[in-house]
Amino acid sequence: MSLSAIERGSGRRRARSRKIVATALQFLVVVATTYLGLLAVTFFIGRVIPIDPVLAVLGDRAPAHVVDRTREAMGLNLPLYQQFFIYVRQALSGDFGVSVLTTNPVMTDIRRVFPATIELATLGTLIGGLIGVPLGVLAAVKRGSIADQIVRVIGLVGYSVPIFWLALLALLVFYARLQWVAYPGRIDIVYEYTFTPITGFYLVDALWQGQWDVFRDVFRHIILPASLLGYFSLAYISRMTRSFMLNELQQEYIVAARAKGLSEARIIWGHALRNAAVPLVTVIALSYAGLLEGSVLTETVFAWPGLGLYITNSLQNADMNAVLGGTIIIGSVFIGINLLSDLLYRTLDPRTRAR
Amino acid sequence: MSLATETRPTTRREWLLSDRPQSRLQARLGRAYMTWRRFSANRLAVAGLLILLALVLVAAFADQIAPHSPFVGNLAGARLLPPGSDGYLLGTDDQGRDILSRLIHGSRLTLMVVALVAIIAAPVGLIVGAVAGYAGGWIDAILMRVTDIFLAFPKLVLALAFVAALGPGIENAVIAIAITSWPPYARIARAETLTVRNSDYIAAVRLMGASPMRIVIRHVMPMCLSSLIVRVTLDMAGIILTAAGLGFLGLGAQPPLPEWGAMIASGRRFILDQWWVATMPGIAILIVSLGFNLLGDGLRDALDPRESGQ
Repeated sequence: MSLSAIERGSGRRRARSRKIVATALQFLVVVATTYLGLLAVTFFIGRVIPIDPVLAVLGDRAPAHVVDRTREAMGLNLPLYQQFFIYVRQALSGDFGVSVLTTNPVMTDIRRVFPATIELATLGTLIGGLIGVPLGVLAAVKRGSIADQIVRVIGLVGYSVPIFWLALLALLVFYARLQWVAYPGRIDIVYEYTFTPITGFYLVDALWQGQWDVFRDVFRHIILPASLLGYFSLAYISRMTRSFMLNELQQEYIVAARAKGLSEARIIWGHALRNAAVPLVTVIALSYAGLLEGSVLTETVFAWPGLGLYITNSLQNADMNAVLGGTIIIGSVFIGINLLSDLLYRTLDPRTRAR
Repeated sequence: MSLATETRPTTRREWLLSDRPQSRLQARLGRAYMTWRRFSANRLAVAGLLILLALVLVAAFADQIAPHSPFVGNLAGARLLPPGSDGYLLGTDDQGRDILSRLIHGSRLTLMVVALVAIIAAPVGLIVGAVAGYAGGWIDAILMRVTDIFLAFPKLVLALAFVAALGPGIENAVIAIAITSWPPYARIARAETLTVRNSDYIAAVRLMGASPMRIVIRHVMPMCLSSLIVRVTLDMAGIILTAAGLGFLGLGAQPPLPEWGAMIASGRRFILDQWWVATMPGIAILIVSLGFNLLGDGLRDALDPRESGQ
């Protein structure tokens, strides 16, 4: 190899590494500005919209010197930009103030309730993905058939039905009438004091400790809300799977695979779905983020002690610190998953990497 | 002139489909007719349109149609009657009010929410997107960064927080939903603007001395409208569901307003024994948002043949 060729090679490598650094920097800027934007909006909601945040905390009967002291303690006598600066610093260190309702720091509360929401949303996405992807593939392969129409209707209804209403009906049918599942809540009151969770994910904890009766009980509690959330992600996932698969099935490599004499099953599941899988990963990630958010209404109906119920309970009691803390946490996870799926898409798909 | 009379087609259909329209009006009507033909071939889309027409009619003539008052019930003799009772087709709620009448009057609230959100959010998105796309450079960068930031937020939770700060009520619910729903419209408007921005007719208008503002308002924005309308229609179902969710949590319309989500919330207490109180409003929400989804799908296929392949 001549010297100039080596030089050219290292130059190309340098150019590529420079490109990676630039992409990473760009990504960091996006993360930072998005997160700052979220904090700016919650700051606006908590500090600017209320006419007097002190009044919101103390009520209108507090004596004047208490009001003044609280105003100073909350830093409200500072100019707005300094207030925002302090707010960002506190939020970044996980300090969202104290919940008026529970008198705990908001972050402590959130740490306690968040695993319940994660567990529910994860199981929901699993259900949605495991049923939604095959349904979407089926609809695409048998395009225009009865099966396609049925999948389409399932999706359309999923897009159109109010989740809290469906949850109420499901409770009425599967709990009250059929008695297939347990009452609203996360675990039976019998086990509430005997069972000590480690991770906060009850299904995992019960398995880990080998307590099968607890596992059965937890499962009977989680299955209905998880299936409901699963239905909503199923509606989205099956629709997207269908459109990705239709796109892949038109490609020439499918014709080539058929000409080679591959079995239809191998063509569909081995070739077409594998190529559709890349955008599908992003879709599933986005639906997971959507479920974290959708859990607000579901948890309220099922008395599920997660972040959604925490937020709605705080809303009912005008506990703004808790509401905004919960909003920031859900928003952060949402933003994180959004950006992560974007990144995942870029790394998984070689075509987007080349660009 | 004589040539025009000779080639004038005989039927109205031929006049509409003419290759050589004699006037701008004829060309426009012809295009509208073609769109309508594509749209009406889709039976589900027509069903969606009919649902929404029925909704508008019901809302307009609510006072004439509703058999009972939506606010004042018969507390003594008609509490929690099941559907099909004498004079109460869908039953009554815990205050003896006719559920059907409340649903009929609630359609006005649903329409109001949807219309107000569309009126607020769509123009904001249109202006932001068209300006960003046409101006380019740092204006584009900043506007789109802001849009992306809002796009990355969880909509329902953010709307909840806004309503919590503004105070419950249907107007505040509308504002909260509008604040969280404009970003996709800005994205669409920008994409459309970028496709027309360098076209010849824009260059011609610019040569004639039109100001950037005039170009954006008169010549760029109209090109964005059709994709925007499709997207807004498709979003309507989501808006209705969010509004109903806010009502269900007690943050939207306040009692005694017959908002459908709030009606479900008040029926929740009786769900085990008097299932119809909570069930009927949910069916109403389902039908209306289904209508918007069907109409939106149909409009997308009719107005945007590029995407209809899938």
